[in-house]
Amino acid sequence: MGYFRIQYNPIEICRTVITERLTVLGISFSMNAQGALRVHGKLTDENRLQIDEALKPYGISLIEKESENMVEGIKYAIEELLDSPAVRTEKVSAYLSEKLGYSYSSLANRFSEETYTSIENFVILRRIEHAKNLMLLGGISLTEIAHKLDYSSVAHLSRQFKKTTGLTPTTFLRIIEKRKTPDSPNHTE
Amino acid sequence: MKIVLVDDDEDDRMFFADALQEIEISTELAEFHNGQELLDYLSEPDVEHPQLIFLDLNMPVMDGFQCLRQIRKNPELKDLVVAIYSTSSSERDIEETFVNGANIYINKPNRFEELKKTIGQVVKRNWQYRENAMDKANFLFRI
Repeated sequence: MGYFRIQYNPIEICRTVITERLTVLGISFSMNAQGALRVHGKLTDENRLQIDEALKPYGISLIEKESENMVEGIKYAIEELLDSPAVRTEKVSAYLSEKLGYSYSSLANRFSEETYTSIENFVILRRIEHAKNLMLLGGISLTEIAHKLDYSSVAHLSRQFKKTTGLTPTTFLRIIEKRKTPDSPNHTE
Repeated sequence: MKIVLVDDDEDDRMFFADALQEIEISTELAEFHNGQELLDYLSEPDVEHPQLIFLDLNMPVMDGFQCLRQIRKNPELKDLVVAIYSTSSSERDIEETFVNGANIYINKPNRFEELKKTIGQVVKRNWQYRENAMDKANFLFRI
């Protein structure tokens, strides 16, 4: 006979149940590590009822938080903007305002109240994260990365990288490379 | 946000605690005098891990470098965010700490206003990384 203590992660359990139930309903969604759920596309009242009914037996309910949804919506739209070359030519303010249906100033105020940063700074931070990921993938030059992320030049990308991280792109890459050497405590192979 | 400061200098610890109280994000601070004290604390059963560790480099018993290496070697602790908090501005030291797994390098400011601004920026940036589930392996920041 064995006695065990159960160890579990509620968000993982929710994710599994929600994925299963919402897939059955044909509803597309994404969920972040903090348990915030975003339903893609238009959500009708009937859909909302179906979701509530499907999750009820598991003790899971959705709480609508307008302001958080607004901030999540902004973040989501920024990711889309950075991922899609077709819409990237638009101005961020016009894009967000049109996409979310609020004036840019009300979006900007709400965003900075809740995230301790401005939309502009957040866009820069995310763009630099994209640049880091591309640099780490390798096989792509800084010039290509600058072009891909709509920087006017490599110098512009390097300046913003340095301003955001305190490091030049070259130093950043060198540190990550050195971390992979066998005597480094970060070596994972 | 739970924050830990490891520094042997009492004045620096007081200065830091005062500055931390004045930033926008509310925090809870625990203080230790050297790396060994921190590791002892982190190995206690059911201890709540801090979201951010500020670690001085020059300390008696166990210095910041040794402590950082121990944290990164330990499977339970290796994902903790570590900010080196030191007066050293040697480029070699700075790069060495990043290679050994530091996420952030802070040159200890002398003026209170500057310290408040620096700590505020570091805490906010750490918050951004956590909230947006960004890749910790890429989280390098020098200020």
